[in-house]
Amino acid sequence: MRTYILRRILYAIPIALGVSIVCFSLVYIAPGDPLETVLPPDATAATIAQIKHIYGFDKPIPVQYVIWLGRVLAGNFGISIADGRPVILEVGQALKNTGLLALFAVPLAFTLGYAMGAVAGCFPGGWLDRTVTGAAVAGVSVPNYWLGIVLVILFSVQYMWLPATGMGPDGVSQLHLLQWRDLQYFVLPVITLAMIPIGIIARSTRAAVAEIRNQDFVQTLRAKGLSEWAVARHVLKNALPPVMAVMGLQFGYLLGGSILVETVFSWPGSGFLLSKAIINRDVPVLQGTILALSMIFVATNLIVDLLQSLVDPRLRRG
Amino acid sequence: MTVMASQPVMASGQPMAAEQVMGLPGPEPDAAAAPDAHALPAITVRSYWQSVGYRLRHDPATLCFAAIVLLIVLAAVFAPLVAPDNPFQESIIGRLKPFGWRGHLLGTDELGRDMLSRLLFGGRVALLMGVVPVLIASVVGGTLGVIGGFAGGMINTATMRTMDVFYAFPSVLLAVAIAGAMGGGIANGMIALTLVFIPPICRVAETATTQVRGLDFIEAARASGARPLTIIRHHVLGNVLGPVFIYASSLVSVSMLLASGLSFLGLGVRPPTPDWGLMLSTLRQSIWVVPWVCALPGVAIFITSFCFNLVSDGLRAAMDVRM
Repeated sequence: MRTYILRRILYAIPIALGVSIVCFSLVYIAPGDPLETVLPPDATAATIAQIKHIYGFDKPIPVQYVIWLGRVLAGNFGISIADGRPVILEVGQALKNTGLLALFAVPLAFTLGYAMGAVAGCFPGGWLDRTVTGAAVAGVSVPNYWLGIVLVILFSVQYMWLPATGMGPDGVSQLHLLQWRDLQYFVLPVITLAMIPIGIIARSTRAAVAEIRNQDFVQTLRAKGLSEWAVARHVLKNALPPVMAVMGLQFGYLLGGSILVETVFSWPGSGFLLSKAIINRDVPVLQGTILALSMIFVATNLIVDLLQSLVDPRLRRG
Repeated sequence: MTVMASQPVMASGQPMAAEQVMGLPGPEPDAAAAPDAHALPAITVRSYWQSVGYRLRHDPATLCFAAIVLLIVLAAVFAPLVAPDNPFQESIIGRLKPFGWRGHLLGTDELGRDMLSRLLFGGRVALLMGVVPVLIASVVGGTLGVIGGFAGGMINTATMRTMDVFYAFPSVLLAVAIAGAMGGGIANGMIALTLVFIPPICRVAETATTQVRGLDFIEAARASGARPLTIIRHHVLGNVLGPVFIYASSLVSVSMLLASGLSFLGLGVRPPTPDWGLMLSTLRQSIWVVPWVCALPGVAIFITSFCFNLVSDGLRAAMDVRM
């Protein structure tokens, strides 16, 4: 077990390095001199040379990467072009707000998706089974930001039950998660974010459950005289590892999908920050946000793999 | 989705079709167990493609959705002929009008342009962005995967580990990162989406290649002196193209969704070009005026990508590819 964990962590390191290289090169695939994105437009030649030296742009690119990596590891993501604040502060604040959304959306999507898929898989051909199968195809075809717009039209424009955008009157500083006054702002973005993963997780759970129900050991359990409930418990436990892999991917989908959903709801999270950075052509913020989000995704995949091996000992030998 | 049609009884002892050797089932595998044993043994041996066509013809749902896809494609291609109005014709008095206002069947947008015409023209960008990146990525990713899988060893490891790095990004995030850094526009969006799709396609091609590489007929070809390129062309490609094609067909709707998302963020086409994602993004400000008109471009995206998904599922079932 310990060797497996160690090997899996070691394997994540080159991936994380590769991800950082991709993020590093974002500045270089941006059109024009990378310095243009860092410098004010009225900088003199002497300033440019000086800045070039400070940022290390006069060195070969591999050396620049190492310098950049050192800065990033020390928590220095550069300065935002749009408002001159350190990127790390902006990204940190935004991630906190996205995290709040995920705090509700992820448990909702995972439990509801797994429960729906489990019931559908245990009663193949039933109405829930057909609903889940249909909803899953619809789920992968629907643009989630449009889903958000439709929900706003329904619940804010037509019936005025819920606020359309924003995060509440006081922002994140004085958020009271237990008060409806603040909580109501969460309802629509959370549902929008969770809806599609629910469909996809339900479908993969259904498939996993249906496959395992066909295996011989289930027959043995029944022959042994176990009740249907006890059999279902065995089946659901065996269906967990493949579903967990899907859940890990869906977590990334939630993170990525939050870019568009947060834009729709003007939710001051990482996605909203990213879309602002795109409009302002603020490459340092873009780079910092992408780096932070993708590192979270790498870490999630690592955790999911470890959890999988915890649930399913067969995976540890692989 | 699959329609298992009853099959004529197949004569036993016939030579195995090449597809069966390579793991792809040829004509119906359970044909020998057909219930009607008294019927005359009508010996029809279908080639792989004939049986695929047979299964497709007997799958009404897929045919129906394929017809809708065809309709959407035709509507987009012949948009100038079909559209009731000029999609660029603005009107100051006719802004944000509801369905059916003065002959505008689907209302008008924030500049008074006819929504139906703009939706029809918008399909052009959507289909282009759905198909082109997937095509390019299939060629590039497929080639990389076949080379990696066939060569094995260090080359394979190097290719696949590089691909793993791009796997470590959620696809939306990677597309937004690349397009965001390069700046908007159709060409940049296509490059971004192509880069997003190369790793998964490469992985599919690599898996399929690795599976056939160790089989005897490859060994035999090598023993008979065939050169690697010849082996790849004659023996490997036939087994790799199926899975890659099916996988790529499922990516078309993903590509369309991502592209519309990019233009929703302002990274796609420039106004006034009609594009569903861009239309959603500009009409979003007007949901308090004509809510359901503003939701229309999303309906178009949803229907198109839904039909593409179902057609891809039907093709997968007909070609019996498992991934």
